[in-house]
Order: sequence, then C-alpha cells, then structure tokens
Amino acid sequence: MKVLMFGWEFPPHITGGLGTACFGLTKGLLKNGVEVLFVVPRSYGDEDQQAIRLINASDVSIDFTNKAYQEYWKQLTYIEVGSNLIPYVGEEEFEKMTSENLLDKTEEHSGVFSKQYVFSGKYGKNLMEEVTRYALVASTIAGSQQFDVIHAHDWLTYPAGMTAKKVSGKPLVVHMHATEFDRSGENINQNVYDIERKGMEAADAVITVSNYTRDIVIDRYGINPAKVFTVHNAVEHSSSDADMVIKRNVKEKVVTFLGRVTFQKGPDYFVEAAKRVIEKDKNVRFVMAGSGDMLHRMILRVAQLGISTHFHFTGFLQGEEVDKMFLLSDVYVMPSVSEPFGISPLEAMRSNVPVVISKQSGVSEVLKYALKIDFWDIDAMADAIYGLLHYDALSVMFRKHGKAEVENLKWDSASSKIKDVYYKVVH
Amino acid sequence: MKSICFYFQVHQPFRLKTYRFFDIGTNHFYFDDYRNRYIMRRIADKCYLPMNNLLLDLIKEFGTAFKVSFSLSGTVIDQFENFAPDVLDSYIKLAETGCVEFLAETYSHSLSSLKSEEEFNRQVEAQTKKVKHYFKKAPTTFRNTELIYSDEIGAMVAKMGFKTMLTEGAKHVLGWKSPNYMYCNAINPKLNVLLKNFRLSDDIAFRFSQQSWNGWPLTTEKFVDWIQATHWTQETINLFMDYETFGEHQWKETGIFEFMRALPNQVFTRSNFGFYTPSELSEKIQPKAAVYVPHPISWADEERDLTAWLGNDLQDDAFNKLYDLEFKVKNTDDEQIQLDWKYLQTSDHFYYMCTKWFSDGDVHKYFNPFNSPYEAYINYMNILSDFIIRLNDMHPVNRVELAEKPEPSEKPVAKKSVKSVPSSKKAPVKKAKAVKTEKAKPVKKEKVKTAKTSKGSLKDVMKMNKTGLQKLLKDIDVKTVYFALADADSKVKKSIITHLGKLQLKEYNKLLSENIPYTDGDIVKARKILQARIDNLIS
Repeated sequence: MKVLMFGWEFPPHITGGLGTACFGLTKGLLKNGVEVLFVVPRSYGDEDQQAIRLINASDVSIDFTNKAYQEYWKQLTYIEVGSNLIPYVGEEEFEKMTSENLLDKTEEHSGVFSKQYVFSGKYGKNLMEEVTRYALVASTIAGSQQFDVIHAHDWLTYPAGMTAKKVSGKPLVVHMHATEFDRSGENINQNVYDIERKGMEAADAVITVSNYTRDIVIDRYGINPAKVFTVHNAVEHSSSDADMVIKRNVKEKVVTFLGRVTFQKGPDYFVEAAKRVIEKDKNVRFVMAGSGDMLHRMILRVAQLGISTHFHFTGFLQGEEVDKMFLLSDVYVMPSVSEPFGISPLEAMRSNVPVVISKQSGVSEVLKYALKIDFWDIDAMADAIYGLLHYDALSVMFRKHGKAEVENLKWDSASSKIKDVYYKVVH
Repeated sequence: MKSICFYFQVHQPFRLKTYRFFDIGTNHFYFDDYRNRYIMRRIADKCYLPMNNLLLDLIKEFGTAFKVSFSLSGTVIDQFENFAPDVLDSYIKLAETGCVEFLAETYSHSLSSLKSEEEFNRQVEAQTKKVKHYFKKAPTTFRNTELIYSDEIGAMVAKMGFKTMLTEGAKHVLGWKSPNYMYCNAINPKLNVLLKNFRLSDDIAFRFSQQSWNGWPLTTEKFVDWIQATHWTQETINLFMDYETFGEHQWKETGIFEFMRALPNQVFTRSNFGFYTPSELSEKIQPKAAVYVPHPISWADEERDLTAWLGNDLQDDAFNKLYDLEFKVKNTDDEQIQLDWKYLQTSDHFYYMCTKWFSDGDVHKYFNPFNSPYEAYINYMNILSDFIIRLNDMHPVNRVELAEKPEPSEKPVAKKSVKSVPSSKKAPVKKAKAVKTEKAKPVKKEKVKTAKTSKGSLKDVMKMNKTGLQKLLKDIDVKTVYFALADADSKVKKSIITHLGKLQLKEYNKLLSENIPYTDGDIVKARKILQARIDNLIS
C-alpha cells in the first residue's frame, strides 16, 4: 500500500496543529507498513526526513507542453479571497507572515518549456492562489508517481487531492482536521466552505478527527454518513519529557488558559468564570497565555471586572515556555466554542495538570479523567475550577490516572484505523 | 411446607440540587425538591400504588397464605409524607392485613454501619420509630442498606436486639453452600441470617424482560418449576429485590404485574412451597451453620462488594469528610442540622461518584442525576463545605475540638439517662435553644473526663517534640497505631501520623484503605501500649 499524501506544513515549520498531526500519523502509517509520498509546498531542507520521502512541491517542474496539464489549467479558476482568512495563526505570526510575504512574494521562474513554482508554504494573503497552484503541481506529481490511494489534509490541499484523483484515477481520502465552522463560527467564508464541500463530495472517504467534527460534516455539509469515518488524533510522545523542575514564585494556585485568544477558543468565558472564582477565593491567579484578535478585548474586560490583580496575560508562548507554563499550573482550562480535536489538554495532562475542557471539543470524546462542561456554562466552569482547587481527592485522582490515559492515545493505533479506511476505498 | 420469602427494598434518596461553590455560606437548602417530587410521583403512579394494590388483592384472595416483607427507608417515608401520602396510606392498609412484615434499616439508607456504630444505632432507632409509628409494630428483622453485611455488622445488629438479618447470598462467601438455608452470624450465633437467592431473584428483577436471556419469556409455570426443582432438603428461597422492579425497572408492558398476580396460585398448585416472612422463618427453621463474612458484602454489581459506594479517591474523601463531622453534629440541637446530616449520609450520593462504569454506564446513568462522578463529587463537597460552615457557626471551633470523641460503648447508659442527666450528648434537645449555652459547658467537661478514663486520650503526644515522637514510633506495630488512632482526636492523629516512617505510613494507609474493622477493646489495648511507651519516654 502506497499513499500519496498532500499536506500544507510539516515539522519543524508549523503554524498550527496540522503539521504535528500529519507527522504523527505519517510515522504511524509507516510503522503499519504503508508507504507515504508526502507532498508539501516548499521544503526548507531541515524537515525530519527519517520516516518519509518528502517531495518538495516547489521543485516539481510543470511542463507546459504536457496536454494533461493544459487541460487542468483550463479547469482551474482563481478565486480572490478576503484577507481576513488566516487560519491557525496568532497575531504575531500573522504580522510575521504578511511581512514575509511582501519580501518573499510567491515567484514564478519561467523557463522556455517549463515553469517552476515556488510556494511560500505558509498561509498568507495569496492563499487561494497558492491553493490553486498547489493543485496544478499535484496533477504533475500524480501523473509521474506510483501509488494506490490519495490522502489530502484540510481544505488547502483538497483541490490538489481532487486533481490528483482525476489524473490518476486512484481513490481519494480527505482528512478534516478542522471545518470552516470551527475557524469562523457562523460567519463562514463561502469560498472555503465550497472547497471543503466539493473535496468531501469528490472523496471516496472522509476522515474526521472526532465525532463532533463528523456530525458537522454530516449536518452542515450534507456528506453521506456512510463514507465519513472518525479517527481520533493521538499525541506524539517526545522523548524529552525529562522532569523539568521549576520554582514557583507565587503561593497562590494558578489556573491557565493557553491558546490563541480568538473567538473559537472561548477566552471570554474563561474571563467570566475567573471573576466568579476570584470573588470567592482570593488565593487563585488566572493566566491567559497566548495572543490573538480578542486579546485587547480580554484585557479590557479583566479591567472592567476589577480582577486585574489576579488575572495575568503572558502573550504568545512557544516551546519551553509552554512547558514551563504547564509546570506552574494547577488547573488547565480549554473553554473552546468549537474544537475539532484539541491537543493542548493532553499536553497539560502529560505535565500532571488536571484539565477542564468544553464538551464542544473532539478531545472530550476520548478523555475520562477530565472535567467536561459546556463552553457557555460559566457557572459550571467556575465550579469545576473551584472543585479542582479545593477538593484534593479530585486532582489526586486526575494526576494518578491522567498521564497514563494520555499515553494510551497512540498514533500507531490511529494510523491503523486510517489504513483500514484506505483498504475500504481501494477494494 | 417449604418457604418462599419475598422481600422488597423501598428507598428514594433526597437528591441534591446543583449547588455551586458561590452558594457556600449563603444558601443552606441542599435538595432538589422539584426533581424529588417528580420522581416520587412518577414511581408512585407506575410502581408503588399499582403494586401495593396488587399485593392487597392477593392477600384478600389467599388470606394469610400469601405474605411479603418490606423495608422502607426513613427518607422514602419522609418523601411519602411530603409528596405521596396516598402511597403511605396504601402501605398502612397492607400493614393492617397482618400479612406484611416491615423491616428495620438505617433512616437514610446510609453506610453508617461501616463507619460509626453510634451513628448506625441512632439511625436504626430513628427508622424503627418511624416504622412503628405508621405500621404499629416494632421490627424484629433487620436489613442493612443494599444488603451490606459483615460479621461485625451482624454482631452490632444482634446487639441492638434484632433476631434476623438479611443479606446477599454472595458466591464468594458461600462457595459450595446454598443460600436456601437459614444461617447464623459468625460472632453472635443468636442472629439468624437469611441469604438472597440471587439467581432466582435476578430472574425477576433483572432478566424478566431480557429477550436475549434463554429463560425469556419467564412464565409463572417455568419459575415455579425452577423453585420446585431445588434440592428437597433446602428450606427457603429468598427472593430479595428492589420494589421498583415492578413497573419502573420492568415496565408494565413487560407483563411483570400479571406475572406477580399469577405467581401465588401457581406456587400453591404446582409446588409444596408457601410464603413466609423473615420473622416467621426465624421461628420456623433452625440455622444450619454460621456464615463467615470478614469483609463487607452487598448485593450490588457482579462484585457484590462495596465498590459502588466506596473505594475511589472521591468517594473515600467525601465519606471521611462527612463522618469527621459526626461528633460536632451530635452536639448540635438544631433540627435542620440533624435532618441535613441524615440526608447527606444517604448512600446514593456516594454511588453517583463511582467511576467503575466509565465503559458501561447505561444502567447507572438511569439512576444518576449527574453527568459524571466528578460533578457529583464537586457538588457534594460544595454542600458539605456549607454544612461545615453552619456547624462551626454553632460550635466555635475550640469548644468542640477540645473534647475527645465520646466512647461509643457508653451509649446505652447515656441513652437511659437522657431524662435525668441533661449532659447527654444524645438526642438533640428540641426547643431547648434558649438554654443551649448554659448546657454546653458541663457537657464538654464530662466528656473529656469520661473519654480519658475510658480509652486513654494520648494527649501527651502533643507535648512531645519531633525526636521524641520518632522514638515513640520507631519499630512500633502499625496495626497498634491504627487501632489507637481509630477515633482519636484529630490533632493527636496528625502529630502521630506525620511522624510515622515511610514504610509505616504506607502500611497505615493500607490498613485505612482496607477499612480493617476494630472493636473498642482493640482501641483500648492499643492505646495502653502506646501510653506505656509514652510514659517510658517522658520519664
């Protein structure tokens, strides 16, 4: 079994959870005896290539004289896309990206008979244009490589997947890591929605990262339930899990929110819950770690509520800072309004931090040792936080069993389920 | 004639309402009246009323040949009073036939038998009083919460004067023995023990409507033939079940009522069995042997143990925190406190915190008002926190905590002297609020005195420094420590436990978690040993 896989990012160059997930499941597939041809736009040269053969989309020549290519060129149309669409990116990241795009604008190197495309490889202003170009490249790759099945991750690569299917006649599996509704609430970008729907309709099978997402795919996109399969994400078990020791500077308990401060992550509910807890118990500090378009509103709201002496903002955290934040935390809260999966609570649990998560998340389907609340139920959220801080038996129990529970979520078993889906569509 | 003994458990808890932490200290009402009324009314109409009428008809038809027994928890009677007086009336009618035996149990269907003999006695006393009030007869047979039983519990029950006790015929206890005989308690053989025939009981209670069961559909002919097929020497088939089996667990549509209506006639025509109540059986047949139950059993789940209520961190924490308050509550004459204390002990609250059913939660979800055991725990602890605040408001901390825990064994004496000696810690004195403060002081003094003379207080450890304590505890038998601290003052407990060696502590926790039973004798003995060591060190 050989799979042609289209991704948008791959470690170490990641802007969101997609790259990490792709890496984990690719490794899992290889362990399960599946060969993977992974296509990403622009290879930086330092990707972890131990496991897979990485094809750099930028290095693929597109031959103008190739008739098949010309045919697809006709079928593809550019769609202009509003600049508000920048999925998975924090505020700083956004600035970095847009400035990068100014300097490092997508280029076309023209040759006499061929054109080589360079992709910026990140989500940016010319996103739709790049998505379409990626699809173009896909047709060339699909024509020149041998494989049994095509696997495309998230809408950015769906056009590529569809093109590859047309060229090769091989079955297509599309993977929904997030839907447009998760990213934008009800104010969806119609172009993105259309690509998602077309991709899923064209696909022989759709993989969703949770039943929560599966329901959205069926209800909101009208996809035939018979071809939608849930494969829950897993976590990468980094070997550098050495026990970091950290000195706590505050004697109060710390409750943490960590993630993009954007609508779909529900930071506002976290602030309101914090107010309720602080009113009753002054020995608690709340931390909002992350950045995003709602950050200023949150700071304002904290000031309005008069809880700023107990509520702190750290800005965007990365790498070791994240680990440190977990080590300082007594409770981790993920109040997401809509979360296809949500890997961060698993990271918290791995650091022995008890978690409160919203029921509107995929990860709540796989966790037992977690408190689950509706994101809008501020009273329940506050009560859960208070309970974890005050009634020790609960945090003791979560610490005792949580880590083991997370470590049981293995990519090997997730990938074996994906392999089953491949066999379903191939035969 | 051989015997079929029907016993029905009737119980409803006062379910707790959603109680948030910000209610602590401000809202002192804990119960979900709406839900409790709703559930009571529903079950009254689907089960209690139709089934009581059916039994009444059968008794009218067969006269004294048809008999059953019931155990009604105090809380369910309270709910009848409040929400369903018609059900209470129909039970009174059943009682008047003389063919129905009402058993004793704990007032709030509690787990007190596992924790405090004194509270256990108090609850049984309250429930029997209530049963006698309505049904005009004092119970002589005892049925503990969810058929929980051990040798120790049986001995306590015998001490209270009961002749017979019911429990589960658990396989791991009986081994090759049959539940279809009368047994007796291993410590006090005067107490007869009747064991549930769980196979035949569960054929009705659980499998009646289960179409995948090869016995389905269960007809009265089939069932009576099974009973008749038991070995000819066996004396009694004990069919113990939840009363809600009829109409609630097994819906009317399954034919459960028709089954029960037809059963007595089938029994009389097809078999040599008749219907008896537990107290009749204890007159009629002799115990064959003692049944040995060193560790408590119950009728719950496949394991037939206590793990539905106790054992996980949440349950144990809530349970221990609750009973830590026992002494304070007993020194409070506030009626509402006494009532809340009772209702908070109801075993259902701990059942909701069980984590055993993560995988197959369906059956249990049906009975559980909470979405998860964690919510049940947090909610309960919020309420307990408020309850503690109320208690402390009535008892400034130093006043209560200075005193030793009272000696349980002196209880009967204290009980008898209730009227003459105002210092009794028993029986909250109603309408005595005005004199409360005057009374409190002499109470305290006497208690300290009695406790010291009776068990030894170990107060001296408070005077000892770290090295002294370490010396004291070096190489000591941990079981002695465990017994000595069994109901010791919390400060004494703390200073000893914190100075135990690592291995000792581990062993101590193990004993604690196993809930090894002890008697007053054990405590006194252990404290003597410890005191001797203390004296040695101090001198």
